[in-house]
Amino acid sequence: MIGRILAVARCELLIVRRNRWLFLATLIMLLFALALTFAGSAPTGTLGVDRLTVAVASMTTLSVYLAPLLALMMSFDSIAGEADRGSLALLLSYPAGRGEILGGKYLAHLAALSFAMIVGFGTAGAIAGVTGGAGADSVLALLRLIGTSILLGAVFLAFGYMLSALAGSPAAAAGSSAALWLVFVVLYDLGLLGAVVVDAGGYFTQKIFPWVLAANPADAFRLWNVAASPDLALATGMAGVSGSLPAWAAPASLGFWLVAGFALARMAFRRLEP
Amino acid sequence: MTDILSIDSAVKRRGKLLALDAVSLSLAPGERVALLGHNGAGKSTLMKLVLGLTRLDGGAIRIAGARPGSNAARLATAFLPEAVSFHKSLTGRDQLALFARLAGVGTAPVPGLLERVGLAEAADRRIGTYSKGMRQRLGLAQVLLGKPAVALLDEPTSGLDPISRQELYAIIDELAAQGTAVLVASHALTEVEARTDRIAILRKGRLVANDTLASLSLRAGLPTKLRIRARNGEADRIAADSGGTRVNGASVELFCAPEAKMDQLRRFASMSDAVEDIEMTPPRLEDLYRHYAQEGAQ
Repeated sequence: MIGRILAVARCELLIVRRNRWLFLATLIMLLFALALTFAGSAPTGTLGVDRLTVAVASMTTLSVYLAPLLALMMSFDSIAGEADRGSLALLLSYPAGRGEILGGKYLAHLAALSFAMIVGFGTAGAIAGVTGGAGADSVLALLRLIGTSILLGAVFLAFGYMLSALAGSPAAAAGSSAALWLVFVVLYDLGLLGAVVVDAGGYFTQKIFPWVLAANPADAFRLWNVAASPDLALATGMAGVSGSLPAWAAPASLGFWLVAGFALARMAFRRLEP
Repeated sequence: MTDILSIDSAVKRRGKLLALDAVSLSLAPGERVALLGHNGAGKSTLMKLVLGLTRLDGGAIRIAGARPGSNAARLATAFLPEAVSFHKSLTGRDQLALFARLAGVGTAPVPGLLERVGLAEAADRRIGTYSKGMRQRLGLAQVLLGKPAVALLDEPTSGLDPISRQELYAIIDELAAQGTAVLVASHALTEVEARTDRIAILRKGRLVANDTLASLSLRAGLPTKLRIRARNGEADRIAADSGGTRVNGASVELFCAPEAKMDQLRRFASMSDAVEDIEMTPPRLEDLYRHYAQEGAQ
C-alpha cells in the first residue's frame, strides 16, 4: 500500500517539477515575501519590535492569500484532469485504491508547497533578521508562520481535490476553486466586518464573532499566528480578537478542516464514476 | 469452472434506461472475443462493470473467481481505455513505470515493453509530443504488464495506422497464446473478423449474438453471392434460367441460401460451354453485423 502511494507521489512530483509549478510557486513566495519584508520595514521604530517581527506580521497577511491560492492551483486539475484525459479509468483499473491515489497526490503536492513556503519565508526571514535584528521570539514566530502556512495549504489542497472530484471538467474545477478561494479568503471577512459594524459592539461582536472568525481556516491561521505572539498581535492590530478566544481554538479549527477536508475529498472521489 | 471471466445476467441501469439488460458472456483462458455494437450499445459499460468502475444493478461478474473491483480481480485484469491520453509532462517511461509499480511487478519489464510496442526511441520524450498512435501504443504496453488473465481492449485500433494495426493484432495473438482471455470492443469489423475466435454483438444493452463467425452466418441464413461470368453472349440465357440479374455485358449475379449453395455451384460447374468462371462471396461480418445489430426486436 505504501509502495503504491509512493509510486503515485513520485509521478506527481515529476509533474509539478516538469510543468514548472514548483519553480513558479517558490518564485512567487520568494518575491512577495522579500517585497513585503522590505516594504514593511518602516514602522519598526514606532512599535519597538525588531524587523523580523514586522516581516513575519506582513508575511502572515500575505500567506492568508497565497497559501490557499497556490494549494488550489496545484490541486484543482488533479482528478478532473485525469478523468478528462481518460487516464483515471485506467489508473483505477490497477490495484490502487482511491484513497491511495489521493494520498499519493496529496503527499507530492504538500511536499512541493512546503518547499515553496520554506524557501520563500525562510529566505525573507533570514534577510530581515540579518539586516534588522531578530530575537528568539521572532525566530519562533517565523517558524510558526512556515508551519501554519503549510498546514493552511494542506487544508486547501484537500478542498481542491474535493472540488476536482465533484466538478465534471477541469474548467469547472478551476472555476469552483476560484470561487472557493474568494469566499474563504475575501468575502467571509467582508461579511463578518459588515456584521460587526451593524452590531456596533453588542453581544455578537463580544461573544460570537471570534468563534465565527476562527471557524474559517484562513482566519484561524491568522489568529493562531497572532495569538501566539504578543508582538505580532501588536503589529497586525488583531490583539482584540485573539485575546477573547482560548489558545486552542485556532489550531483546533485548522486541524478539524484538515481532517474534514480530506474526508470530504475522499468521499467526493469515491462517488466519481470515470 | 474453466472460464476466467464470467458475466452472468449483468444488469446496469442509467436512470430509467437499461444500459445492459441481462447480458451473459464467458471467456475461457486464451480466447479472443470481439465485442461489437453501435455507439451506446453498452460495450464500454460492460467493460466498466468488469473493471469494477461502476456498480452492477443485477446479476454477477467473476474474474478468476474474484469480484470486480477487488484487488485480486484488478491484478488479473488489464485494460486499454478508448482514446487514452496521459499527462503531457511525463515521459513514456515515467508513465509505464508508474503502472508497473502499481501492478506490483517492478520497473524491470518497462524497457522491454517499450521496445515491444515500438516506443524505445521515444521512451524519454514527453507524452505531450506523442502522436495519437504513439499514445495508443503506450496504452497497449501497459496491457502487457504482468501477464494478465483477462485483457479488455476498448477500440484498440482507433488512431493506429495500418502497420500498427497489424502489430496490435500480433500482440493480441501473443496475449492469447500466453493464456490471456482477450475481449476486444471494436468497430473495425474486417479486422476482428480474421483475428478473433468468437463474436459477441450488443444491441441496445442486449446480447443478440455470441458465437463463432461460421455458426452465426449459418444461423442468420444470409445468402451467398455468386457471380457467374458467361461465355460469348450466354449471359442472357443464364440470367433467365437462374433468376439472377445481369450486371454487365457478360456477368450474372445471384444470391442463394446457404443450403442451396452447393446445388447451384454443381449446376453452373457442369455448364462448361456457357460458364467461364464462378466467383463466390460468402456473407461477411459486415452483413452479419447489420443483420444482428439492426433487425427488429427478437
